[in-house]
Amino acid sequence: MSTVATTQIKLTPEHARPRTSVRGRLQDALPKIVLAPSFAITVVFVYGFILWTIYLSFTNSKTFPSYAITGARAYQRLWNWTFDTDPPSSWYTSITNMGIFGFLYILICLALGLFLAILLDQKIRGEGVLRPIYLYPMALSFIVTGVAWKWFLDPGLGLEQTLHQWGWTSFHFDWIKNKDFVIYTVVIAGVWQASGFIMAMFLAGLRGIDGEIMKAAQIDGATTFQLYRRIVIPLLRPIFLSAFIVLAHLAIKSYDLVVALTSGGPGGSAWLPSNFMYEYTFKRNEMAVGSASAVIMLMTIVAIIVPYLYSELREKPR
Amino acid sequence: MLRKLLIGTALASGLAFAAHAEDVKEVQMLHWWTSGGEAAALNVLKQDLAKEGYAWKDVPVAGGGGDAAMTALKAMVAAGNYPTASQMLGYTVLDYAAAGVMGDLTETAKKEGWDKSVPAALQKFSVYDGKWVAAPVNVHSVNWLWINKAVMDKIGGAEPKTFDDFIALLDKAKAAGVTPLALGGQNWQEATMFDSVVLSTGGPEFYKKAMNDLDDASLKSDTMKKSFDNLAKLVTYVDPNFSGRDWNLATAMVIKGDALVQVMGDWAKGEFHAANKTPGTDFLCYRFPGTDGSVIYNSDMFGMFNVPDDRKAAQVALATATLSKSFQSAFNVVKGSVPARTDVPDTDFDACGKKGIADLKKANEGGTLFGSLAQGYGAPPAVANAYKDVVSKFVHGQIKTSDEAVTELVKAIDDAK
Repeated sequence: MSTVATTQIKLTPEHARPRTSVRGRLQDALPKIVLAPSFAITVVFVYGFILWTIYLSFTNSKTFPSYAITGARAYQRLWNWTFDTDPPSSWYTSITNMGIFGFLYILICLALGLFLAILLDQKIRGEGVLRPIYLYPMALSFIVTGVAWKWFLDPGLGLEQTLHQWGWTSFHFDWIKNKDFVIYTVVIAGVWQASGFIMAMFLAGLRGIDGEIMKAAQIDGATTFQLYRRIVIPLLRPIFLSAFIVLAHLAIKSYDLVVALTSGGPGGSAWLPSNFMYEYTFKRNEMAVGSASAVIMLMTIVAIIVPYLYSELREKPR
Repeated sequence: MLRKLLIGTALASGLAFAAHAEDVKEVQMLHWWTSGGEAAALNVLKQDLAKEGYAWKDVPVAGGGGDAAMTALKAMVAAGNYPTASQMLGYTVLDYAAAGVMGDLTETAKKEGWDKSVPAALQKFSVYDGKWVAAPVNVHSVNWLWINKAVMDKIGGAEPKTFDDFIALLDKAKAAGVTPLALGGQNWQEATMFDSVVLSTGGPEFYKKAMNDLDDASLKSDTMKKSFDNLAKLVTYVDPNFSGRDWNLATAMVIKGDALVQVMGDWAKGEFHAANKTPGTDFLCYRFPGTDGSVIYNSDMFGMFNVPDDRKAAQVALATATLSKSFQSAFNVVKGSVPARTDVPDTDFDACGKKGIADLKKANEGGTLFGSLAQGYGAPPAVANAYKDVVSKFVHGQIKTSDEAVTELVKAIDDAK
């Protein structure tokens, strides 16, 4: 009997390894083999090209990459342009626009998404119809959103023209043609597209909250406002993190929206850093400056996302 | 099994190699002439080549525009996979020639007499280091006014000969309740108009010094300030909704009679033709006031790459066909531009085309044929775009005075040089 017992012990997984047969080894290595191609592709095409871009930003590459390092002249030029505020240099315009757009876009999307989700969560009739209506803009590409809003906001075609025809002739809304306000039209179009998706994320989060906690709070006499302020919203914290990361990367990569909506805006006043990067690298044949601006964009994202991720994720293994 | 596969592969590649050893009867062409009129114009070339037994193969470009095509070309050249030829503009040809990837068509050029027939100003871009590297297809010129004749008759206007005449004419249109000037508020359109304004304000000598030689003193001069002031005057005649408008929509305003005049290159004529309008009866083409006798040009070129020997014959056939008189005439009649050689008969061209050909010949002989800075024929792209930035910021009010504009222009150009 005792021999049987020992063999049984040997058959438990820990003791079964290492396997000696080819098939067994293959099975062990299978996950690695399956993951290897995508890992290699990521290493080369993401991290490899990040390094390559950093390298190029220190050369004097113009139309084609040149590989002799010539110093940080590209960064010097960007640095000078950062303080060229009157008249604004294209770089200054790009980074201030990034600040305005990024801040408002993320803030409004989060606020509107949460608000809509809370309203939809009130067990209302027709939720099944309403939810996709809010969600569908996300299915459109930025180009479609941009062109549709371009027509809608154009004073000679869209909203203003229509209201004039209906008799409200004093109505005036020409932000898309105005160098000081054009960036806000990009915010409007961006929010319209993404807030429904953020709403869906929050809605999923709200559905995940335990009803018992809510009931307990209500029994303790919490008002609806207190309930959301003190209990529901703090519980949604992981959703805020996910939504923030989705929105932040959407904001930083918004290139097509600016192009489709404003074609750069009056005098280039709607540019974002991504537009700047493309213009300088591919249209102006100043690859070094383009690369330097890309590196600065990356550094900015890293500076914002990494501390945030760190502070959010560090609490996990409690 | 494995061995069979290997042998099969070896045989197949061997066959492929054998096929390559003979001349390839095919031209691979990278271009972005895909819209109606342009595609039709290019068809003439395809047929000419088909007669000589060469097949035509378009290099596919995602997105269609010139920018996308140039990005695709960059990738192809970096991979060592040269097309036979590519549509190219101005300094791009010289950039690629400096990188040593362009072919050499000097022999063909000698045989066909291109040296004498192609204007010297164009050869600056088609000849690099004494070698012919590109075949110019056409010459566009940008210092044109396009006027709706019905509106012109209604307000009783006549051809403006000076800048002040032009302002008076615009005033008349304004008084009649028509938008005087159709402009698309995109930087290249504003800068293209400004090219003409500078030539009109400062004259040919000044234009060359400031816009082609980038002479600091001229760029800073009072004449340049005056040019900016004149531009500011013109901008007061556009409708409030002009910002961001595409050039062809501005042309459509003139065609429909909503606006009197557009300052635009002669590609605008294609839009008039597409709307079945005839020059002289429906629309008028005048030189920009004060620029008669000079031509500000840009040109489409077919850059010829250094292809392997077995594809050179096809390349020579393409280049020869491109600069043949019959193709130059047939193509440019459709495209709205004028031939890139000055010895092509103008019989098939309309009134505007005939004037364009005569003007080009005169400007070439008189030394008043200048590259357009806005279109990338006055200076390399970095400088040209810096110039467009300044002009556009001036038009849209980020730069407020002509003094400031001149300072910014010098700074931006020096920075980009």
